Amino acid sequence: MSDLVIDDVSMRFDLPDGGSVQALKNVSLTLKQGEIMSVLGPSGCGKTTLLNILAGFLAPTEGKVVLGDKRVKGPGAERGMVFQQGALFEWMSVRENVGFGPAMKGMPKGEKREIVDHLLGVVGLAQFKEKAVYELSGGMQQRVALARCLANEPEVILMDEPLGALDALTREKMQGLVLKLWKETGKTVILITHSVEEALLLGERLLVMAPRPGRIHREYRLPFADAGVGQDLREVKKMPEFGQRREEILSMIWEMEEEIMGGAAQ
Amino acid sequence: MTALIIADLWGELVAVLSTLFFALPYIAGYIGIILLTLLIWTGIKKVLRPASDYTSLKTVTFGDESTVVSNSVASVVSVVLIFVLWASFTGSSLLPGFLHAPGPFVGTGTFTYTVTTPDGRSDDAEVTVLVYPRDDEAPAPEVPPGDGFAKNDSIAIAEYRSDLLRVDQNDEIGRDEEAVVTHIDGKEIAPGETVRVDFGTVALSGRGTPNIRPSAGLQMEPIWLPSPEAVWSRLTEIATTGYRNSTLVEHLGYSLFRVIVGFTLGAMVGIPLGYAMGLSDWFRGWFDPIVEFMRPVPPLALIPLVIIWAGIGEVGKIILLFLAALWIMAIGARSGVSGVKISKVHAAYSLGASKWQVLRHVIIPNSLPEIFTAARVAMGVCWGTVVAAELVAAEKGAGMMIMVASKFQSTDIVIMGIILIGIIGFGIDMLMRAAERFLVPWKGRG
Ligand SMILES: Nc1ncnc2c1ncn2[C@@H]1O[C@H](COP(=O)(O)OP(=O)(O)OP(=O)(O)O)[C@@H](O)[C@H]1O
Ligand SMILES: [Mg+2]
Repeated sequence: MSDLVIDDVSMRFDLPDGGSVQALKNVSLTLKQGEIMSVLGPSGCGKTTLLNILAGFLAPTEGKVVLGDKRVKGPGAERGMVFQQGALFEWMSVRENVGFGPAMKGMPKGEKREIVDHLLGVVGLAQFKEKAVYELSGGMQQRVALARCLANEPEVILMDEPLGALDALTREKMQGLVLKLWKETGKTVILITHSVEEALLLGERLLVMAPRPGRIHREYRLPFADAGVGQDLREVKKMPEFGQRREEILSMIWEMEEEIMGGAAQ
Repeated sequence: MTALIIADLWGELVAVLSTLFFALPYIAGYIGIILLTLLIWTGIKKVLRPASDYTSLKTVTFGDESTVVSNSVASVVSVVLIFVLWASFTGSSLLPGFLHAPGPFVGTGTFTYTVTTPDGRSDDAEVTVLVYPRDDEAPAPEVPPGDGFAKNDSIAIAEYRSDLLRVDQNDEIGRDEEAVVTHIDGKEIAPGETVRVDFGTVALSGRGTPNIRPSAGLQMEPIWLPSPEAVWSRLTEIATTGYRNSTLVEHLGYSLFRVIVGFTLGAMVGIPLGYAMGLSDWFRGWFDPIVEFMRPVPPLALIPLVIIWAGIGEVGKIILLFLAALWIMAIGARSGVSGVKISKVHAAYSLGASKWQVLRHVIIPNSLPEIFTAARVAMGVCWGTVVAAELVAAEKGAGMMIMVASKFQSTDIVIMGIILIGIIGFGIDMLMRAAERFLVPWKGRG
């Protein structure tokens, strides 16, 4: 079992002017293999920092991250990342982008092509295989990014606002796709979002973070991700329980904001 | 001391401004032509395509460069107009005569002068002026002396030239007896003054000698600006017989050869240097002072040193062009490397790429557009530098050709050379752009 264990992680950035920012403070969390968790929180509360530590782009100043029995010490193929935008390689075709991970591993051509073709089919871009990525729309590019991540067979998929730049309809389709892929592949997924609805829809678990210093504020367990698999997500949103939860979380965030603002005023 | 310098500079500034002031009518005329053709074109367009279609309703956002594309009709008119103006002001045979600017006076003109002696007697005499075309020298015409103590004179002057004429030389009472010229064509004149006559002007020198200046018209003398056909015939002549022991192709080929070799060497050293600077803080620290110092030094300022060190042969020029290209390419490669989006590098790492693979598959391709931009700039700078270096010292080359020609006042060769240099520079840039579109189509699309 490759659980993802975040053990008392703190992160402090030293600033050039001599000061420092406590971006994360004593964050502890365990994700079981195959769980999907969404992360909500006001801007600057350390969500991206946490994800970068999980991906291995940053080393925490304290604490450690362990995946399975291996401590995270740097970026690795077992932890894939889907960025908000702009992380595709525009000098490569769609096919080459998706096949990047396998190619780096030195996978034989035939095998690689099979994987790429299959994944492009899954994300609905089969006929755009040979296009340049800059010829695709923003939503298509995000699907390529997702396929590229999946082609590498990571155990954990980390997503930093992957759907933030999309229009409402495309976004809804992509949410369905994420749920479907999560269920089919059984991967561990962490997804940062600014949309409460998206967090509710996609998170089996929902983490709400608070800023200054960045820390875990509340955690929820939600039934909607499971219910939403293969479903019309709009139907899920119409469930009375969904509305209840949304109100609950929104007012909780409001309270948190007020607390912080009050603290700042004193 | 400083006050002196400031006064000097102020004088220079006044000279510049007054030159500008005298150019104003011509500038205004040119702008008038632009607006006139615009008006005509708008009229033609209205007739051809009545303004009811969708594009005619399109509004242009001012200041948004991308909404304005150049009107190809205007470009064509602009280029044609340059040639028409050129032809018109040089009296070119390519243009029908009525389009010529007024030319210099050629032919015979006369004026009378009046001499007055100290004792109050005065007499008139006629001066016949023959203005001959430059290549067709003629003797002064014979004229009868006429009556009175002042005798008629004649003179032959080449077009565009002026000449002093000692009208009193054949008079019975001359300057030595203190007879002075007081009127030209009946108009009173004193030394230093000028009077208009039928064919130009006559001025009186300080010592009272008439200075005859036939009208020069508005056309340019060939020595200042030869006509297009003169330049063309000089081009064909030099293309076949060569100039200064080398054919035209040799001159241009040598310049191009220097640019290509110098640029290639500069790129071969500069790009790896830029990569090293972008990837390693040690290399960055080592070369930053050198590069940042050398970058603002214009390559032209290095010419004297390069000549002292390496002489005027090929080696010196290629070193110069190498240096011109080196810093530009190094800086281009450096910013191409350090300009890579960190998320792309992160993405590659978390897809399992090794350091070497990230360099090979992400950093290098990502830097190519910047390197191409630098290469275009470097090529332009190299071309300019080679011409300038050849102006200073060379045995062959485009710059040497026009420099030598200017010493012999062969303006036609100078202009031909300038046009060829311009065309080649433009061609190089076009080639680089085409290569860029072909090799790095993703430029600016990240
Ligand atoms: N490289 C860095 N150097 C200094 N401070 C940093 C750095 N990266 C992040 N920070 C600080 O750490 C804090 C958390 O930043 P982080 O990017 O994780 O926030 P976030 O929750 O992702 O915000 P957003 O929702 O706006 O993306 C912020 O106060 C930020 O200023
Ligand atoms: Mg963030």
